[in-house]
Amino acid sequence: MLAKRIIPCLDIKNGMTVKGIKFVGIKEVGDPVELGALYAQQGADELVFLDITASHEGRKTFVDLVKRIAQHINIPFTVGGGISEIKDAEALLNAGADKISINSSAVKNPQLINDMAKNFGSQFVVVAIDAKHFDGDEWIVTVNGGRIPTEKRLFSWAKEAEERGAGEILFTSMDHDGVKQGFANEALAKMSTELSIPIIASGGAGSMEHFKDVFTTGKADAGLAASIFHYKEIAIPDLKAYLNNEGINVRL
Amino acid sequence: MKIAIIKYNAGNIRSVSFALDRLGVEHIITADPDEIRNADKVIFPGVGEASSTMKYLKDTKLDELIVSLKQPVLGICLGMQLMCSHSEEGDVPCLGIFEETVNKFELPQPNTDLIKVPHMGWNAITNVNSALFDASLEGKYVYFVHSYYVALGEHTAATTNYILPYSSALHKNNFYATQFHPEKSGDVGSKILENFIKL
Repeated sequence: MLAKRIIPCLDIKNGMTVKGIKFVGIKEVGDPVELGALYAQQGADELVFLDITASHEGRKTFVDLVKRIAQHINIPFTVGGGISEIKDAEALLNAGADKISINSSAVKNPQLINDMAKNFGSQFVVVAIDAKHFDGDEWIVTVNGGRIPTEKRLFSWAKEAEERGAGEILFTSMDHDGVKQGFANEALAKMSTELSIPIIASGGAGSMEHFKDVFTTGKADAGLAASIFHYKEIAIPDLKAYLNNEGINVRL
Repeated sequence: MKIAIIKYNAGNIRSVSFALDRLGVEHIITADPDEIRNADKVIFPGVGEASSTMKYLKDTKLDELIVSLKQPVLGICLGMQLMCSHSEEGDVPCLGIFEETVNKFELPQPNTDLIKVPHMGWNAITNVNSALFDASLEGKYVYFVHSYYVALGEHTAATTNYILPYSSALHKNNFYATQFHPEKSGDVGSKILENFIKL
């Protein structure tokens, strides 16, 4: 039986891991390769590395970092941040990335999803969506780290991304991110029911129970979190043992 | 000991190379027929689409070369599928090393458990029965990404259950293959690669 995945996310700025609280007030918390290797050893199922300053700074440092990650870490990893062209993705693929995630660039140019899937295969393409709850079933897709609302709506955009060739959706609720009160389970469950590709839930993890809820109520395929792992509030082996006890299939 | 990783138009070749680096195993990435033929062991990796990759293998005559190899050969993911007799992906005849065929996963109807295709993530290998595995690997989790599967057959060397039980590894004579990615499967995957290297 396929295991539910636990995915620590490492936000990278200037080659170091950071985690913002609602994307503001960034603190450095460690070396990405060292931290990634530690998480892999502890039982993380995948890793995500997001270059949060990629749009503003040179990309070469990040590509070099990706190569070091690929050399040292023996589980799959996704990289994202500032990828807007095929050649950006190709450089990361050649550096050893297993998947790339695209966010704002896909909103601006949805054809990019088709092009990426055609060039590298759907399994390589994660479409990340940051959205804010508006009203009822309506969620507004935002870009640039949640700062700018767009015309797109969460569920129709997720469906479109799937149809264009996305291999997975990484959905971050901007309302839940950083506040540690649990994931956006209702929206996640709706998305998981409407789409036939895996959904990675992000934003809101504060306790082990939140992960149980995101896999049961939220019907997510994977749960992603950052600060609770970086600040050692939850240790991955404890989390997996807990989920296993709760009857959720995880890789121990 | 020299391992040749077959270089062709497919992804994840570098990941396999990095995994061998971590194990301290000397290797080359090559499309040169002599280098491949003279290697102690050969790895045939792959992420991609079956029919276009088969066409590439035929155009470069790598197809005949792979079939004729006498040393231990390990196919990974698409590499394993291409070693079978036929793939539904692009409806293409493959190398025919294994008589098994490659079929697309069909979602159950109704899909009450919200099963997704591709089969992506960690799943268990059971009934392991080739030299790639030892008893300690029974039931362990390894990393998969695929939309097509090899049915159970005479050469099944490990079974995984996703929608249905299927072949997650194959073995026949000097040919070994895994549907999962040992190079991305943590310590379990490293052990499987080590077992192959020790053959």
